Amino acid sequence: MKNEAVQQNPTYLEEFKRKGYSRKDFLKFCTLMAAYLGLENSSVGQVVRAMSSKPRLPVIWLHFQECTCCSESFIRSSHPIVADVLLDQISLDYTETLMAASGFQAEEAMKNTMTKYKGEYILCVEGSVPTAADGVYCMIGGKTSLQILEEAAEGAKAIIAWGSCASNGCVQAARPNPTSATPIHKLVKGKPVIKVPGCPPIGEVMAGVIVHVVTFGRLPELDGLGRPKAFYSKRVHDTCYRRPYYDAGLYVESFDDDNAKKGYCLYKVGCKGPSTYNACAVTKWNNGTSFPIQSGHGCFGCSEENYWDNGRIYERASAFPGFGIESTADTVGKVALGVTAGALAAHAIMTNVRKKKLIRNLEKEGKESEHELKG
Amino acid sequence: MTTEKTTVHKLRRVYVWEKPVRLYHWLNAFVIIVLIATGFYIANPLAIQSGQEPSQRFVMGWVRLIHFIAAYVFFFNFLFRIYWGFAGNKYSNWKQFVPTSKKFFKEMWHVFKMDILMLRGKEHMSVGHNAMAGLIYFFTFIAFLVQCLTGFGLYASMSTSWWFPKMFAWVPYMFGGDIFLRQVHHWTMWFFILFAVVHVYLVFYHDYVEGRGEMSSMGGGWKFIEEDVFKHNKELPNAPKS
Ligand code: SF4
Ligand code: SF4
Repeated sequence: MKNEAVQQNPTYLEEFKRKGYSRKDFLKFCTLMAAYLGLENSSVGQVVRAMSSKPRLPVIWLHFQECTCCSESFIRSSHPIVADVLLDQISLDYTETLMAASGFQAEEAMKNTMTKYKGEYILCVEGSVPTAADGVYCMIGGKTSLQILEEAAEGAKAIIAWGSCASNGCVQAARPNPTSATPIHKLVKGKPVIKVPGCPPIGEVMAGVIVHVVTFGRLPELDGLGRPKAFYSKRVHDTCYRRPYYDAGLYVESFDDDNAKKGYCLYKVGCKGPSTYNACAVTKWNNGTSFPIQSGHGCFGCSEENYWDNGRIYERASAFPGFGIESTADTVGKVALGVTAGALAAHAIMTNVRKKKLIRNLEKEGKESEHELKG
Repeated sequence: MTTEKTTVHKLRRVYVWEKPVRLYHWLNAFVIIVLIATGFYIANPLAIQSGQEPSQRFVMGWVRLIHFIAAYVFFFNFLFRIYWGFAGNKYSNWKQFVPTSKKFFKEMWHVFKMDILMLRGKEHMSVGHNAMAGLIYFFTFIAFLVQCLTGFGLYASMSTSWWFPKMFAWVPYMFGGDIFLRQVHHWTMWFFILFAVVHVYLVFYHDYVEGRGEMSSMGGGWKFIEEDVFKHNKELPNAPKS
């Protein structure tokens, strides 16, 4: 059953108009979003229809252990409507960073949204939830993050985990994870969680996810890790413009060498593009200006789980667990090879000592047979 | 000088490794060498200088292609070997590798005492693998499996061709992503290298202390077994009952 309160909300188009955008701007925005979502041309109409007929969705946006880079990225997504309209008009009913209200007033607003739009609002979460020491590491208005999350999640239609913090813990969950920073999907049960990882995620990607939910009334198609396939099914490496250099075997060896000036592939200086699923090489950042690889730095792998612990930034090889941070699998392997060779040499010597009789008998038998044969 | 004659053994030719097993073995050896060599290059490509235009070059592309082709051969060869564990003779049977009886462990303990601790006592001589070797091969099969899963798991998302690699698309999710997956793939490779070194050494060793043609057996398939083994015709400790 649809919630009555939502139906009474103005549509997106109405909101756009009230904000002073022309119909042309509106159509541009819809087309852009359809393109980001990877929809066919013919589906633009669907987006337009949805945006002009569907009442705007109420959104609660929570902030826990995070640096607000996701919000920053969101409000800087290339089309002004994204920032202006989606953010203002999507009915961001509660977001600590951007709303005008504060203190009790703000908490009131959240409570109102939660009861008024029960079962209909989208819950966006930025940041991870620290569970160590009963959650004291992140408390807002006297409540722990976990309490706030659980309350808000209860009546949510769907949950969007913005950024790597909410999706997989990011830096605060890196070893030894002193605050037991925990990603959202591990805490909320029985509700769909869309992960939009990245540090931060690309603004257009964030907008695209919301537009998808609005247009189709359901969650976008997710991959096995819960990320929208439209944006996270390709590796940065597969869409990277330096890829021909990779295939040619031409690599930057150090950041100040000639190869770097020629724009060769950054694989050997630690680029994680080959293991990272994100839309950076296609959508790029800051109004499509550039992205890390274009500015000469390898991909960090910021949208991949555990990227802080899993790899070194400027090397492909990573530390072999349990052998100190300086040792890679190859150094451990070489040592193991040496030890094995030593053990085998010792074994060979011992064989000759301990099995002397056996070997001598075999030799004797063989020699006798040899003598018996005529040459 | 003593004129005492040593007992001269009468040896009988036994067909231990059938042709499919030998083909499997050498194909496997070849393909693993190719995979390791290309794998090292992919993990850390050499800095090659060349006057060629980049557009003329496809070094990494070729190396990866060879790695992938070798991977396919490796996978299907491995599948074939599993099949042969049910279709082949008793020395290639799966029961040689999987500890299914107490006898298996008893034999392993015996091999451990004789060949590793070098205690004195009755030597252990087996016709096919001994139980210890069998179990180690079992571990190699697990390593094969890990390498196939992680390798094709990494390959799945970059392949746009047919359904087969897509069957492995779930693997990265088990490992939380490609970064860690590729490390597991790299670590497991070292097991192959260490195994190969020990394996080659032990073949020399067995030939040396047993004198039954261990080395050449993977060529012609034959080992040469003493007549008295046939006289007693004792059931092999870990041979499947037939
Ligand atoms: S720079 Fe990185 S993402 Fe681009 S081709 Fe090289 S390794 Fe791949
Ligand atoms: S290029 Fe890599 S590190 Fe940079 S933003 Fe994209 S996914 Fe993150």
